[in-house]
Amino acid sequence: MEIILALLIVAAVVWFVSVPLRRTKEEEDAATRKVEDPRVARLEAAKEAKYREIRDAELDREQGKLSQADWSRQDAELRRDAIQILKELDEARADAESRAAPHG
Amino acid sequence: MITLGFACLILAFALAIFAAIAALIGTRGDRRFVDSSRRAVYAFAALLTICVIVIEAAFARTDLSLQVVADHSSTTTPAFYRFTAMWSSQEGSLLLWAWVLSLTSSAVLFATRNKHRELAPWATAVLMGLGAFFTGLMLFDANPFARLSPVPPEGVGLEPLLRHPAMAIHPPMLYTGYVFFAIPFAFAIAALITRRLDASWIRSTRRFALIAWLCLGVGILLGARWSYSELGWGGYWGWDPVENASLMPWLVGTAFLHSIMVQERRGMLRVWNVTLVCATFSLALLGTFLVRSGILQSIHAFGESTVGGPLLALIGLVVIGSTLLIVSRLPDLKSEKRIESLVSREAIFLVNNLLLVGLAAVIFWGTFFPLISELFTGNKASLAAPWFDRYTTPLAILLVLFTGIGPLFAWRRVSLGAARRLLAWPALAAVVVTALLILLTDADTHPLALVMFALASFALAALVQEFAKGASAYRSLKGGSYPRALAGLFARNRRRYGGYVVHAGIAILLIAVAASSSFQTSRDLRLSPGQSATVDHYRIKYVKPTAEISAPEQRLTFGAVLKVSKDGGPYATLYPSRNYYSGVGGGTPVTGGPGGGPIRSFFEGEATSEVGRKTTVSGDVWTSMIPDLGPLNPLINKSDRKLEKIGRGVSAKNVQAQQALGALQGLAVRNIERQYLRNPPPATFRVNVNPLVTWIWVGGAIAVIGGLVAIWPAPEARRRRVSDVYAARLARELGRA
Repeated sequence: MEIILALLIVAAVVWFVSVPLRRTKEEEDAATRKVEDPRVARLEAAKEAKYREIRDAELDREQGKLSQADWSRQDAELRRDAIQILKELDEARADAESRAAPHG
Repeated sequence: MITLGFACLILAFALAIFAAIAALIGTRGDRRFVDSSRRAVYAFAALLTICVIVIEAAFARTDLSLQVVADHSSTTTPAFYRFTAMWSSQEGSLLLWAWVLSLTSSAVLFATRNKHRELAPWATAVLMGLGAFFTGLMLFDANPFARLSPVPPEGVGLEPLLRHPAMAIHPPMLYTGYVFFAIPFAFAIAALITRRLDASWIRSTRRFALIAWLCLGVGILLGARWSYSELGWGGYWGWDPVENASLMPWLVGTAFLHSIMVQERRGMLRVWNVTLVCATFSLALLGTFLVRSGILQSIHAFGESTVGGPLLALIGLVVIGSTLLIVSRLPDLKSEKRIESLVSREAIFLVNNLLLVGLAAVIFWGTFFPLISELFTGNKASLAAPWFDRYTTPLAILLVLFTGIGPLFAWRRVSLGAARRLLAWPALAAVVVTALLILLTDADTHPLALVMFALASFALAALVQEFAKGASAYRSLKGGSYPRALAGLFARNRRRYGGYVVHAGIAILLIAVAASSSFQTSRDLRLSPGQSATVDHYRIKYVKPTAEISAPEQRLTFGAVLKVSKDGGPYATLYPSRNYYSGVGGGTPVTGGPGGGPIRSFFEGEATSEVGRKTTVSGDVWTSMIPDLGPLNPLINKSDRKLEKIGRGVSAKNVQAQQALGALQGLAVRNIERQYLRNPPPATFRVNVNPLVTWIWVGGAIAVIGGLVAIWPAPEARRRRVSDVYAARLARELGRA
C-alpha cells in the first residue's frame, strides 16, 4: 500500500514539475510576457526609493530636523532625480512592450 | 508510513538537485526551466511536509521501531513533549531546517514569480543547493527514518532539561531565524553573479530578513527564559557557546537591516551590505554547526553528532565562495554617493553597524577561544563570563548612545544648530535621570551600569521626542487627537515607527540587564527545616520539605516550602524543587542506567530544577535548591541491592515478572520519598535578588511587537495612494520639465 502511495506521489510530482517543460510556443511567449522586465523592475525600485526619500525629507522638515532652506535644496534635488527616473521608466516600459509584442 | 516518509525524503533530495540544475539552465533565459525549477521547489516543500507529518505521527504513537523515536521519546513522555521531541534529535532538527527552508523558498519564489527575471533562477539554484545539502545529509548521515531491530521495549525518553514549554518553541524559532536568512543571502549571491547590484534584491527580500531577525530574537529570548527558570544557576545568559552562536547572526543581521536602508535611500554601502548578509548567513550556519557538532562544551550539546564535518565544509564553501564573489565584483559595488556629513542619519547608522559587528567579533573570539588556544598551546582554555562582560559592556553602552542619536537626525545632513536643538531634550532627560539615580539610589557604586541607565534614558527620551514631534506634525497637517495622530504615524510609515518601538524595547531590556547583573544579590544557603537566613532585605525560612512522585514521567521530586518575609511582614511563599528521572542515560526503569542501580540511576542521571520565584515590577526573588542526598544513601544502596538480587532471577522476556519488578521499584522509590519527608536532610538553596529582571521580558516583548509592526505590510491600496500622490505631483513637474 505504501509503495503504491509513494509511486502515485512520484507520478504527481513528475507531472506537476514538468508542466512548464510541456508548454507550447504560444504558452511560453505568454508566460515570458508576464515576467517583469529587469530594467523596468530596477527603475520601479529606484522610483519607490526616491518617493520614500522625498517623504522622509518632508517628515524631517515637519519635525524640525531640516531647516526650510535645507529641505528646499534637498527636495528639489530629489524631485529632479525622480523625474529622471520616471522618464527612464517610460522609455523602459515602451522598450519592454515593443519587445513583448507578438511579431509577424 | 515510514517507508512512505523515506520515499518522500529520497524524492525531495532528487527534486532539490533537479530544481538547482533546472534553475541554472534557466539562467540562460529559458523560462520553461525557470518555471519548472520553481514548481520543483513547491513540490520539495510538499514532500518535506509529508516527511515531517510521518515523523510527528511516529512520535505521537511512540513507534519505537524508529530509531529517532526510541532515542528521544518513550511511552512515558508526556504527549506535548512527544510532539516537540523531533527537534531535540539531530535527524529531526536537520529535517526541521530543510522543511523551513523549503517553505520559505517556496514563499519567496511565489512572491517573485513574475519578477527578477535574472536574479530568481540563480537564487533558486542557491536555495536548492542548500536544500540538496540538508536532505542529502539526512539520507547519507542522519536518516530520520532509520529503523531499529529488534524493537526495544521502551525508549530512552526526552532529555529532562528539554521538558519545558519554552523548549517547545525555542529551537524552531532559532532555526526559522537561521533559515530565513538564507533568502537574502541567496538573492545577494544572485545579484553578485548577475552584477545587478542595485537595491531591487533588497526590496524583495527585506521582509524575509526582518522575519529572520524577529524569529531569531524571539528564540534567543525564549532560550534566556528557559535558562532562567530551568537550569537552576540563577541567570538568563551565561555566554554559553550555543547562546553566543544565536546572538552573533542576530547582531550582524541587525546591522544588515539598518545598512540596507542606507543603500535603498542613498545607494551607498553596497559592499558592506553584501558582506553583512553573507556573514549573517555564515554565522547562522555556524550556529547550526555549534549545536550539532558538539565541538565546544555547552549546556546545549544534546547527544553525539556525525554531521559536524559536512556542515563545516558547507560553511567553508559559503565563506570562501561569497568572499571571492564579492572581491571579483568590487568595481560594480562602488557606491553612487558618499556620506555628505557626519551629522546625518547614514553616518550614525554606519557607526552603529561598526559597533554591532564589533560586538559580534568579540563574541566570536570569546566563543572560539578554546579552539584557538588548543591550536596554539594544546590546552582548551575557555573564556568565562567576566571576559565577555569586560569587552561587550562598553560596546553595548556606545550602541545605546548611537541608537538614541540615530532617529533624531535626518538623512544627508543636519545643521549643527538643528542637531543641538534635537539633542537638547533627550540629553537633559539623561542628566536628570542620572542625578536622581545618584541621589536616591546606590547606582553610582556601579559606574558602567549608571552610564547605561543614563544613555538608555537618553535613547528613550529621544524616541518619546520623535513620537511627540511626529504626532504634532501629523496633527498640524490632518488635525485630530494625539492618539489618532500616533496611529496615523504608524500607518504612514510602519517600518520607521515599528523600528522605533523595537529601539524602545531594546533600551528597556538593556536597562534591565544592567540592573539585574550589576545589582544582583546572590547567596548560597545551607538550611534544614525550621532554619532561616537573610538575603538583601529578605528573610528566608525553610519551613518544610515536599516530595512528589510522577509515575507517568518516571520522576521523583524533592522540594521545599520557603517563607519569605520583608521588613518583618510576610512577602511570599516559594516552592523550589529538584526533579530526578529514572533510567535517563540509556538504562531502563528496572535495571537502572550506566550511573547505577534501579534507584541510584534516579540520582546519577540528569536532574532539573524548578525554581521558586516571586516576580514584581521591581524585580525577582529567585530560589533553587539541591537537597543533600547523603543521609538517603544507605537506603538507596539497600534498595538497589535487593532489587538487583531479585532482577537477576527474572528473565527479560517474562513480561509479568518485569511488571512486578517495576512495581517493586515503585515501592522502593515511595520508601525513599517517605524517608525524605520523615527525616528531611538539609538542602543548599541559591537565593538571588534580581532587580528589574522582569523588564528584560517586557522589553523583549515590546521589541517583538515593534518588529511585527515593521514587518506587517501596509495595505496595497494605501501604498498605491501614497505613490500616486507623489506620482501626480511629479507628473505635473514632468509636464513642465
